[in-house]
Amino acid sequence: MYDAMLAESVTITGHSGDEIEAYSARTLQAGPVGGVVVIHHLPGYDRQTKELTRAFAAGGLNAAMPNLYHREAPGAAPDDAVAAARAAGAIPLPDERIVGEVAGAAAYLRGLANSNGKVGVIGHCSGGRHSFLAAVSLPLDAAVDCYGGFVVGTPPEGHPLRGVPPLVQRIGDLSCPLLGLFGRDDVAPSPEQVAELEEALKAHGKTYEFHSYDGAGHAFMQVDRPSYRPEAAVDAWQRIWAFFGRYLLSSVLGEDSTCALT
Amino acid sequence: MCTYLTEKVSISGSGKGPSGWFRLTDASVYFDHPVHAQAEHTLNIDFLDPGAGPSARVAVELTAESARALAKAIEATLDSAPPGLVT
Repeated sequence: MYDAMLAESVTITGHSGDEIEAYSARTLQAGPVGGVVVIHHLPGYDRQTKELTRAFAAGGLNAAMPNLYHREAPGAAPDDAVAAARAAGAIPLPDERIVGEVAGAAAYLRGLANSNGKVGVIGHCSGGRHSFLAAVSLPLDAAVDCYGGFVVGTPPEGHPLRGVPPLVQRIGDLSCPLLGLFGRDDVAPSPEQVAELEEALKAHGKTYEFHSYDGAGHAFMQVDRPSYRPEAAVDAWQRIWAFFGRYLLSSVLGEDSTCALT
Repeated sequence: MCTYLTEKVSISGSGKGPSGWFRLTDASVYFDHPVHAQAEHTLNIDFLDPGAGPSARVAVELTAESARALAKAIEATLDSAPPGLVT
């Protein structure tokens, strides 16, 4: 497969029409191809999530990751940026703003010359919640929630999200198929919360695919953390490729499209 | 789990970062996912001078056990200082 890509920082139009930074990784295939908005985790717009963004371009898709902390700390190192946002009292970021930044990244992807118009979204940890948030807020073609917490259930006493209604209440607005990847040893989301989410998806007749892994907890896909569980992560990645292949490339390659993503 | 919980405290002193010493005016204390430490959650402290920009920061990420030991050591050190030195 032709695997050339161009990866660079770009400026996109985010929430409220403001310009923010994003990391773009685009396949140089003529296309048309789909796009993936990558939503970074709490530690920010970091090297690891940029690697994840490039992985999708290497697999034949376009990808873009908005820098969710650009507004608090433009040009800062990713770890300093999240610290600045925290010190400014901006964390957790307002849901409305996250949706606006993701919408901007999706518009950027749809505007690329080789776009087929399809856009998916993926996030890990807090990004998993934000992926679900985007999927119930925006017109998308596929969403992947990797162990996102607080989609269902009530956060602990004192938690900043305690007063925010659980996102599952908005499940009727889910605009696209959902792939959920979870660890059975996780506590946020717990297996019970995953089951609750699945029941809600069934009740609303939504298209979804869930995989929960034994011996895996939170962040089991993060390769440089002690939580990494290679067997679960490898299987999860295969699920992601197949899912995005099915929903982001199908108009181009038909039923064999998953073969294009390796 | 992202706890998001942050204790902010005004402080007075100095810290040393990559560009040398700078004054410290604020600290953020939180138990959340670390950037570098090999643990799912750590007690993190950012010593800051927000007026000098995001890079004016000295950061530590400590295991909970280490953080408690450090807190005890700080209290013990202050308690054992000669009379009249700690105001």
